[in-house]
Amino acid sequence: MKVKEVKALLDAVVETGEALMDMEVKTACGSDMMSDVLAFVKEEGLLLTGLVNPQVVRTAEMMDIKVIVFVRGKVPSAEMIELAEERGMVLMRTQMPMYVACGELYAAGLVPRK
Amino acid sequence: MAETIKLQFNIDGNNFVDAGAASGKVKKTLTQLGFDPAVIRRAAIAMYEGEINMVIHADGGVADVYIDSDKIRIVLSDKGPGIADVELAMKEGYSTASQEARDLGFGAGMGLPNMKNYTDEMTVNSKVGVGTTVEMIINC
Ligand SMILES: Nc1ncnc2c1ncn2[C@@H]1O[C@H](COP(=O)(O)OP(=O)(O)O)[C@@H](O)[C@H]1O
Ligand SMILES: [Mg+2]
Repeated sequence: MKVKEVKALLDAVVETGEALMDMEVKTACGSDMMSDVLAFVKEEGLLLTGLVNPQVVRTAEMMDIKVIVFVRGKVPSAEMIELAEERGMVLMRTQMPMYVACGELYAAGLVPRK
Repeated sequence: MAETIKLQFNIDGNNFVDAGAASGKVKKTLTQLGFDPAVIRRAAIAMYEGEINMVIHADGGVADVYIDSDKIRIVLSDKGPGIADVELAMKEGYSTASQEARDLGFGAGMGLPNMKNYTDEMTVNSKVGVGTTVEMIINC
């Protein structure tokens, strides 16, 4: 799925990474616990989270995650946007709650690989 | 790479914005040196967990990284409170993290087990009241 399709499905606002809308994402995960992301995520892809602090961007960097979607209307700080921009990442935000946002992407075929 | 590349970072214990910056720099260096992405990912995650631990549990410390073509060695030393029972601390889910650390998305008690999983060798030397040194080796 292309990043721009994610954007459309989640009715999301892009905070940084507008130039990367044609990038492909193959999988996604949703979590507010960065510890869990670091422990369990096997593939680089997209991260949905309700947590907003710079460590979300750092965690994504270590995991080779290129796209972060903030759910429940959470807005990333200028600091986070700058960190993401330097790392060539996409930050988006949606009003949807976590469950709905994950459901939309899953139903559209963004399914973790077996 | 004929000679070992040595990097050293001071990890500030009171700066949660910069926590992880050292791991990010190591990741960048390894990428520039052309290491295998899977090796880089393992090294970056392991060091990041250790770096975060020094910030949330030990008020900062020092990270030394030694890069050879066949192995990456990461040594994290702090003068924090130390770990009374290292075996217990290594258990998945064991955590003494503060509410503040948890609110920031850490404190699942997965850091040390994760560091062990992502590295080929890990040793933890700790003394209560003196500090903790974690050494990790990733073979390339
Ligand atoms: N550098 C350190 N200094 C003191 N205690 C530590 C350090 N690293 C880990 N610990 C102890 O070991 C526990 C487990 O660490 P970890 O597995 O990373 O989980 P978490 O950081 O989520 O608590 C911590 O809660 C803490 O009690
Ligand atoms: Mg930890």
